Amino acid sequence: MDITEERSQTWRADLRSAMKAKERTDIKRVHMPELDATYRSHSRLEEVNLGLTAEMAIQEAKRCIDCASPTCMLGCPVGVYIPKFVKQIEIGDFLGAAKTLKETSALPAVCGRVCPQEKQCEAQCIHVKMKKEAVAIGHLERFAADFERESGNISIPEVAPSNGLKIAVVGSGPAGLSFAGDMAKRGYKVIVFEALHEIGGVLKYGIPEFRLPNNIVDVEIENLRSMGVEFINNCIIGKTITIEDLKEDGFVGVFVGSGAGLPRFMNIKGENLVGVMSSNEYLTRVNLMDAASPDSDTPVLLGKDVAIIGGGNTAMDSVRTARRLGADRAMIVYRRSEEEMPARLEEVKHAKEEGIEFMTLRNPIEFIGNEQGRVTHMVLQVMELGEPDASGRRSPIEVPGRTETVEVDEVVVSVGVSPNPLIPQSVIGLEVTKWGTVVVDETTMQSAIPMIFAGGDIVRGGATVILAMGDGRKAAAAMHEWILNQ
Amino acid sequence: MNRIVSKEFFSENVIKFEVEAPLIAKSRKAGHFVMVRVGEKGERIPLTIADADLQKGTITLVIQKMGVSSSKICALNEGDFITDLVGPLGKATHIENFGTVICACGGVGTAPMLPIVAALKKAGNKVISVIAARTKDLIILEDQMREFSDELIVMTDDGSYGNKGLVTNGVEQVINREKVDLCVTIGPAIMMKFVSLLTKKYEVPTLASLNTIMVDGTGMCGACRVSVGGKTKFVCVDGPEFNAHEVDFDEMLMRLGGYKEIEREDMAKMECASGAVK
Repeated sequence: MDITEERSQTWRADLRSAMKAKERTDIKRVHMPELDATYRSHSRLEEVNLGLTAEMAIQEAKRCIDCASPTCMLGCPVGVYIPKFVKQIEIGDFLGAAKTLKETSALPAVCGRVCPQEKQCEAQCIHVKMKKEAVAIGHLERFAADFERESGNISIPEVAPSNGLKIAVVGSGPAGLSFAGDMAKRGYKVIVFEALHEIGGVLKYGIPEFRLPNNIVDVEIENLRSMGVEFINNCIIGKTITIEDLKEDGFVGVFVGSGAGLPRFMNIKGENLVGVMSSNEYLTRVNLMDAASPDSDTPVLLGKDVAIIGGGNTAMDSVRTARRLGADRAMIVYRRSEEEMPARLEEVKHAKEEGIEFMTLRNPIEFIGNEQGRVTHMVLQVMELGEPDASGRRSPIEVPGRTETVEVDEVVVSVGVSPNPLIPQSVIGLEVTKWGTVVVDETTMQSAIPMIFAGGDIVRGGATVILAMGDGRKAAAAMHEWILNQ
Repeated sequence: MNRIVSKEFFSENVIKFEVEAPLIAKSRKAGHFVMVRVGEKGERIPLTIADADLQKGTITLVIQKMGVSSSKICALNEGDFITDLVGPLGKATHIENFGTVICACGGVGTAPMLPIVAALKKAGNKVISVIAARTKDLIILEDQMREFSDELIVMTDDGSYGNKGLVTNGVEQVINREKVDLCVTIGPAIMMKFVSLLTKKYEVPTLASLNTIMVDGTGMCGACRVSVGGKTKFVCVDGPEFNAHEVDFDEMLMRLGGYKEIEREDMAKMECASGAVK
């Protein structure tokens, strides 16, 4: 059934006529209940957003006028059937809503939490065009996924009969999981190879539990397992086994979603002092290795004056983690103004409520250490905004002669990542850009080697969970097509 | 999970394990390392592969008991499993016929040096190995090293075995005696620093295999970064071997000490806990 047929079904038509559009758009957008800011700024594992109640979700679902051409869907990289699942919530069919989500998304409980909906589906909502607040699609997605999980009635998406063909996935992050789910649905035997000891990639090592609890990721992974997807940890394609080995072993296609695992630094003086580290290192220690727990063998520095360099979501995750681990001053140092910050608005809002200091229009030019080589100060260059640059954002320029020296005992550098070099280094014939990203056809995600497709940060160089998932979905459709034509 | 098929004590604190890892045994080359984790709360630590047996499908690891994590590994016995083992990681040693090569190693550094010595010998080099330790009991793999070396010089700090003196004394003796084309060094950072200073003086090209702190070992965290020729490099993906004369060993030593205090506390806690059990 296409979306027009879906929309003309009796229950949808009845629901539309049950309430005038004007009444619907007049309802105020729901407010997501949250943990108290002071309390949560000391609680490392508890989730900040508490989720909607059923009443709240139904009320919010009523706001959606079930447009004839749902532009919200165009804003979704994986093409979730948004009006359908929202209307299912409105009639109280929460399990049905979850099922609808899973038709296109392998990780609805994850997306409902970490997607930048305000830039995607919600940005395209008809309410926005009417100068009103968008329907809280993200909150509703999370509600449906959580309801299903907590109900114990988890539906497993329909899987086509086995076609006997084996597909390998490199990396178990969002791109790989999304690809794996779609290929399993088409009847392929999918095996996901993960370099780390945990399955989930950035969802586990990167995003902290207060934003995305690990058990939620694990449930989504279990769902994929029940669909027949197999996971092998501690195995690095290109190192432990090669693409050639996979071919000999009968794999007919490979999807590379190995992520952006190479942190960037600023190449300034003092950057290798003890106490200065990448956000990847800091978050991996705390999230993947659970270093802040007393029974973990992995150490982590617990700074009192912690500066995070950068203004993205990873910077927000790091600074909020530092606060939770006892920092008196947890600071964001960002070279542009708050307006240009790439982080989600919600993250910035939450961070401010938790007492994070925002030092904007400041750029570190040097770190100073003591005789043991530990960082003690950072020197910041004061900036001002000039003309817009290639990214369309106003570019920061130095204010001559104005610097500030700030005391710090820990610095987390969160200025972006480069693609992980392991696959590009080890696969001969793979076309790679000068930034190290894998070159693919944008519509099919197919690389220069026909059997290898790629997506997520290994292609994009550093983007979001949902864009990676969109790539995985696109690649699965295209690889299936390519295999059929063989 | 990877089963330990044999455990052998080289000394009280230096232990050799053979571990089932058929895929790694097949793909590893001299110079590669693995990441090892013991227990669900365990830390990931890098260990250089000392040897592999294709028939048995095993790799050999030599570990010195130092902190919490190495002690936990050393406490494992034959038949036990290593929770996580992944590799081979890093770039393999570049092997060719250089001419005359000195392989200078100290302590447990002799273990990862062994496959390099064997590969260099096979490539037609004249290999002179200098192995050093504080005292006689800590000299390991002497016979195996001798097998692949044209000459083996043993140095001990206290003179209890071989020649009395440091590894650098042995290296200098060879350099003064004949033309040396390359030096390879593996051991404690401080030892590699002094080998490097010495060979720089004599203009002998030198490779050092660095053993820095790592979390993931695949390029993701950057905990292992070192300055080489003024540029920041990642030991895990750019190394572990670098031109020793360009390595900033003082910075590396400083970074190695970054978690010393926490490690000391954890070690004390562990010893305390094991004491309570006894």
